Amino acid sequence: MNETLLSAKDLSVRFGGVLAVNKVSFDVKQGEVFTLIGPNGAGKTTVFNLISRIYTPTSGTIDYAGPQGMLKLTDQPPQNVASLGIARTFQNIELFEHASVLHNLLIGRHTHRSTNLWQDLFFTSKARETELKSREKAEEVIELLDLQHYRDSLVAGLPYGVRKVVEMARALCTEPKLLLLDEPSSGLNVEETEDMAFWIQDIKNDLGITVLMVEHDMTLVSKVSDRVLAMNQGEVLAMGTPREVQTDPGVVEAYLGSVDDVSSLRREAA
Amino acid sequence: MQFLQLVISGVAQGCIYGLIALGFVLIYKATETVSFAQGELMMLGAFCGLVAMTLLGFPYWLAVLSSIAAMAVFGIVLERLVIRPILGQPAFSIVMLTIGIGYVARGLITMIPGIGTDTQALPVPYKDEIWKIGGNEMGVGALVLNVEHMAVIGATAVLCVLLFALFRYSKLGIAMQAASQNQLAAYYMGIPVQRLNGIAWGLAAAVAAIAGLLLAPITFVHANMGFIGLKAFPAAVVGGFGSLPGAIVGGLLIGIVESLSGFYLPDGFKDTAAYIVVLLMLMVKPNGLFGEKLRKKV
Amino acid sequence: MRFIFKTDYAQDIKLAKHGGHLFWYSALLLLMCAAPWLFAEYWLAQLTFVLIYSIAGLGLMLLAGFTGLFSMGHAAFLGVGAYTHAVLTNMGLPFPLALACAAGLSAAVGLIVGLPALRVKGIYLGIATLSFGFIVEEVLARWESVTGGNAGIHIKHPDIFGWVISTGEQFYFLCLVITVAATLGILNLLRSPTGRAFVAIRDSEISAQSMGIHLAYYKTLSFALSAALAGVAGALYAHKLQFISPDQFNILQSIDLLLMIVIGGVGSVHGAFLGAIFLISMPQVISLSKDYLPAVIGQAPGLQGLVYGLVLIAFVLFEPMGLYGRWLKIRTYLQMFPFYRKGMFKRQKSFQKSDRLK
Repeated sequence: MNETLLSAKDLSVRFGGVLAVNKVSFDVKQGEVFTLIGPNGAGKTTVFNLISRIYTPTSGTIDYAGPQGMLKLTDQPPQNVASLGIARTFQNIELFEHASVLHNLLIGRHTHRSTNLWQDLFFTSKARETELKSREKAEEVIELLDLQHYRDSLVAGLPYGVRKVVEMARALCTEPKLLLLDEPSSGLNVEETEDMAFWIQDIKNDLGITVLMVEHDMTLVSKVSDRVLAMNQGEVLAMGTPREVQTDPGVVEAYLGSVDDVSSLRREAA
Repeated sequence: MQFLQLVISGVAQGCIYGLIALGFVLIYKATETVSFAQGELMMLGAFCGLVAMTLLGFPYWLAVLSSIAAMAVFGIVLERLVIRPILGQPAFSIVMLTIGIGYVARGLITMIPGIGTDTQALPVPYKDEIWKIGGNEMGVGALVLNVEHMAVIGATAVLCVLLFALFRYSKLGIAMQAASQNQLAAYYMGIPVQRLNGIAWGLAAAVAAIAGLLLAPITFVHANMGFIGLKAFPAAVVGGFGSLPGAIVGGLLIGIVESLSGFYLPDGFKDTAAYIVVLLMLMVKPNGLFGEKLRKKV
Repeated sequence: MRFIFKTDYAQDIKLAKHGGHLFWYSALLLLMCAAPWLFAEYWLAQLTFVLIYSIAGLGLMLLAGFTGLFSMGHAAFLGVGAYTHAVLTNMGLPFPLALACAAGLSAAVGLIVGLPALRVKGIYLGIATLSFGFIVEEVLARWESVTGGNAGIHIKHPDIFGWVISTGEQFYFLCLVITVAATLGILNLLRSPTGRAFVAIRDSEISAQSMGIHLAYYKTLSFALSAALAGVAGALYAHKLQFISPDQFNILQSIDLLLMIVIGGVGSVHGAFLGAIFLISMPQVISLSKDYLPAVIGQAPGLQGLVYGLVLIAFVLFEPMGLYGRWLKIRTYLQMFPFYRKGMFKRQKSFQKSDRLK
């Protein structure tokens, strides 16, 4: 159960003069929830983009346990990432705005299609069968995330919190082994964040999916994560259990802050 | 000598393309919309000049200035009536709208009895004049420069410098660029976005009018003049949409290639030279010579 | 108001979603089959043109409306299909083979034209396709040994393995069959993963890619399919006119096709048909009303262009969802009477964002 699913070694990427990610190494074990924390601009989403092959690293490797054994993720083109079992959500919601929620989820089933162009054109019985099967799988995800009410609504008219959930649902429809969640609780209120915590635990325990996420909400991080990686300015600050990282002095200095800091602001009573 | 002759006439033709392309790029820089009506605006400008010079009997400079002013006002009015309501719609719709404007302009001009359907000559003072450089006393072997062509080149250079300075150094230019990149943020900053859009269109229409007045002595004034605008698009794309100097450079490049290919290459290449150049450019450098490569950050 | 009680996933997959759909579309099909006996020959010919342009419109709708790829040179595919079919038919090939070759060659050209689509977006793609359109038109005019150049070529009647189609009615039925087949094909595509991939590419390329959609493959596929449909339309067009020349496939024809889908309603299959009806009927309406207008307006040569332009501007300004959108509004009004609220389809005031960062 605890074999390594993804392993990044000395990952670096440079954009012009900016070294966005600098020799970052970590590995994600099968079945765990691994969280990246850090201030804005630390390079967390860039690491995600490197894993989903939107960017190519300038140095370093990413090894991934694919269906046929370990492979170099950096050799794969972006459209293969989903069929390897890696799905992701986006920080600023990249849903298909002019389609319904169900449509979005069905697009998530793309890697599981088994018909070619001609079978689609003539809508053979095989196409019909695959369609019905896709619909069943999408409905399972809808039931997990309580999206029944929004099934046929156009995404463009949905509130932000619901869109975040739809984005996660769409990622789940690809039946991934590794799920990348980029700030799943940003923009959600307390109740929705609690729901999100339960869903992430369900995804880990019931579906057996490994979760790699970027998060700022420390309560969610402590509740859900197995291990945490703190980044700052493209480099690794600390890695370990949530407790270890949250008490690490470097992390406290760069990101979390401590209660003592406020004392300097306290005014003397008149 | 023949080669140089061809290059110069290519440069002159290229300047016309560049001027129209300047109009496209102006509107794109200020409002991020692509306007297919630029060619027709040029045609309208030429007709304005014709009316001013023949019907109203204005002297040359007064006719030129009044045409430019009239077209600028027309541009502002056009923006106010037709373009403003649809900003925020997908780019495709706006392009179709400008194509519609082009149709209407062409149709209206053709419907005017008398001058609409004929080809008229524009009575400019420097018509048919030529300069000769070099050669012997008999004028043999000299470089023949058509003053009409020279006027085009000169005016384009002046306009270029003025517009470049406008966008780089003046508050108006910077505000226009801001409004094109993020309209909502521009509103928040107190930029009068709608007024700027109007000014941008007025400016583009004025530039089109100048192009029309310069082109008219060479091709004569007729309702289908605007189709030259279709060749100006490749010019804008080659230079990189969004770059003012790029528009001129693109226009010059296409003008020169067209002129040379008309002479050295077999029939048919002259008409399609512009399009072949733009396809090659898109394959080699998809964002044009001076275009910027922007990628969406997710 | 109609409430559909769903008991089965298959109901969502069906093309005719409820009894009303089935009834009205069957009635339409019956009317179309009975048309030769209902309409005079001239109007039947116009109806044939509507069908032909609908096929081309379906192709362009697939490309621009559903995949979001801007093509301003579509008449080129029409021309390639028309000329291929004409040349092969004149050489003696039976109709179905010549048609298949026309579609195939158009698809191949579409593939080539689609190659820039992989690297460029938006207006740059529009200019690239526009350029291709001009180049193809020039090639058709210059390659005189094959195409007869600017003089054009005449085409023999369609010959389906011995059965020669020589009357207008027979040709009408041929076009009807092909149109129905094309429509069903497109509808099938749209309810299958391929069609959904197209829509995904239109809305968000980056997330389409992260869902495993191979952008290059689907973009070129979209171009090829759309060009193939245009090629078929071109072949039928050649037979209808019995004479083709390169200037019938110029930029104005391309813009006519774009006009058709914008006025019909971008992003809907109905839009292709409504747009085609508009495109074919507008000249008729103009010539009919010419007599009622003062001579200055009525007899002027520029009237058609003026009307087209005004209608296009009016639709973009007031009815961006096109004729189909207007029909949806009317239908919703009738269905929900008297509960229709004025703001139901109101467009949100949106601020324009930079297209360069899309």
